[in-house]
Amino acid sequence: MASAVEVKEYPSEPLKCWDQAKNLRKNYYEDYLHAHEKGGLRWAGGAWSFSSIPAGLGEDVYCITGEPYGATVAFFKDFASKCHDATEAAGFPRTLCAYMRNYWGSILLDKYVLTDGTVVDGHPAPDFIWQDHICCSHAKWYQLVKWLEKKRGKDVPMFSVDVSVGYPSDFTPEEDYKVDYIVGQLNDGIEWLEKVTGRKYNDQLLCDAVWNEMNATSLWAEVCALNQAVPAPLDEKSMYSLYVMGTLMKHRPECVAFYQTLRDEVKDRVKRGIAAVSTERFRVITDTQPPWGFLKIFREMEKYGAVSVGSLYTFGLIGMWQYLPDGTWIPKPVPPKKPQTRDEALQTIVRWTMHKPEWAHFYQPELKTKMMESIVKQWKVDAVLLHYNRGCEGLSVHIAENRLGLMEAGVPVFPFEGNMGDERDFDLTGTMARLTAFFESTGLKKLKE
Amino acid sequence: MITAGVDVGAKYAKAVILKDGQVMARAKALVGFDLLKSAAEVFEVALKDAGLSRSDIQKVVSTGMGRNTVVQKPPISAEEAVSEVVSAAAGAYHVVPTAKTVIDVGAEEGRGIKVESGKVKDFVINERCAAGAGTFIEAMARALEVKVEDMGPLSLKSVNTIPMNAQCCVFAESEVVSLIHSKISKEDISKAIHDAIAGRISSMVLRVGVEKDVVLIGGVALDPGFKQPLEKELKANIIIPEYPEYVSALGAAVIAASPAR
Repeated sequence: MASAVEVKEYPSEPLKCWDQAKNLRKNYYEDYLHAHEKGGLRWAGGAWSFSSIPAGLGEDVYCITGEPYGATVAFFKDFASKCHDATEAAGFPRTLCAYMRNYWGSILLDKYVLTDGTVVDGHPAPDFIWQDHICCSHAKWYQLVKWLEKKRGKDVPMFSVDVSVGYPSDFTPEEDYKVDYIVGQLNDGIEWLEKVTGRKYNDQLLCDAVWNEMNATSLWAEVCALNQAVPAPLDEKSMYSLYVMGTLMKHRPECVAFYQTLRDEVKDRVKRGIAAVSTERFRVITDTQPPWGFLKIFREMEKYGAVSVGSLYTFGLIGMWQYLPDGTWIPKPVPPKKPQTRDEALQTIVRWTMHKPEWAHFYQPELKTKMMESIVKQWKVDAVLLHYNRGCEGLSVHIAENRLGLMEAGVPVFPFEGNMGDERDFDLTGTMARLTAFFESTGLKKLKE
Repeated sequence: MITAGVDVGAKYAKAVILKDGQVMARAKALVGFDLLKSAAEVFEVALKDAGLSRSDIQKVVSTGMGRNTVVQKPPISAEEAVSEVVSAAAGAYHVVPTAKTVIDVGAEEGRGIKVESGKVKDFVINERCAAGAGTFIEAMARALEVKVEDMGPLSLKSVNTIPMNAQCCVFAESEVVSLIHSKISKEDISKAIHDAIAGRISSMVLRVGVEKDVVLIGGVALDPGFKQPLEKELKANIIIPEYPEYVSALGAAVIAASPAR
């Protein structure tokens, strides 16, 4: 409760497409739940999986991606707590991936949570699992889902793609043999999908889905690039509700259409000087998933006039970027021609996906630090908030090295401990007290209560 | 200019009255459930010692975990609250102008602060664990059935090193009980406890880096058994200013006097 100070205020207004975003997400969860009633298919897998591939089975194929579902569970703390209890009672330790535990807990409880927090009876089992191995937990995650479903009497077939080919170092072109390794698996996967679903695969739908995915992920990068403006037209807390569409349905035309609408609206906000946080005077970025049950920390930051303009995570989990020789990021241009054949589509989407910036978390701490430094410079960032996220080993690995690297580069860094999906690992009062100390150490004073 | 700093800590409330950079009075007392009342009593004692009334104080700045309870609330009516980190840095710099690293160990928290000209460059705080704070020593004193103020002198009588691996206050207590049952002397156990807390604090401080001069403040700095193992762990000499437990309150008073604010 420092004495309040007066600062210049920018005009601010809510996003016009906010309700559209809410409905898209709501429909996504409900479509999965009711897929069978419409004669459709359900599949489960990670948000990083090659979701364009199952799209070739038909337009009535609906998926549930595990990490966003785990995050949704985390947001509703009562339900999350029940999920934790269920997984721990089943013998799983609380040190495992929090998203994964939330997901398993939901199956163990035989409950399914919708975006408004409604918990419905009966966790909808997938017809097949389509996953890729991005980290140590992702491989085991669905192996356990398969096992849990079997215990519930459903034999769910599973296909996993090994993507452990690294991240093209120093932004160099991807190597062909690595591309071929993944494309080969996807070709096998298509045969497998036909076999387990009994459906004939449609290459045209695959080409459409790949094209949608490339456009959606490039468009999201465009949205993020617009946040370089001062004042920032979007704050990261809101961006979480927007980037999520790319984690749910990046291959679908609704996603492309929504990101086009959003891009146009954000462009207009920049043109008119509309701020996400009217008192913006200090810009930060974060790193990794936030503690989903405690997004109020972003609102607390606003009391100091601090706005989080994004993160490598928010920009790079879905957004696809091209790096210019001087380190500048620009949205990755979509190739001029849509793929026309299965092989073209698979080659294109694999090369595209290999450049997902978020791979840097797993493979190269120095590169990740450099990427964060570029964001700091380009997005005019004053400080970095690093979430030592106990809930995600994959994205937290090397994070202490990133802290040292950023500090060496002269960037103020505030690390805090937490967990994206398990509120027991997050101390809101303590974190806010330390964040206050950090802001004060940078010379900021509280603007309002 | 006369200013005051009030540090409403986890265990003690402290008040310092400053006139033109010189301390006129200081007072401290245990805090109870009513933080405002405890802080107000301490503040009144300091005012009385200085022969002043609230209206003579041009600005009061509060700090400590209960700092917000006294802002704009009589009789203290602090005009501003600042975090413990900022006040500790300002206070340490005031008493040791060469301070570059400030280690502040209070009842509930331990902090390592990298300082440049009294401003915070980086800091780290012992998170969610009493093993890096004064509470740890108090709990272990209870287990040993000795007065907390005797823990330091006891530890200095020991020349033996007994590894105490417990980094958790609760587990450490059972380890202490085991050591007692193993007929280990209270001196040796006390030293093991001080070594353990020094290890905990040093590993935390090393995260922000140790640069001379290193200044130790906070209530635990009054414990004579803590400095030696901490110096050994950090491989650096440590300066403990006079009245180390008042340094944060002093820092708040210094900040109150700062023209930039």
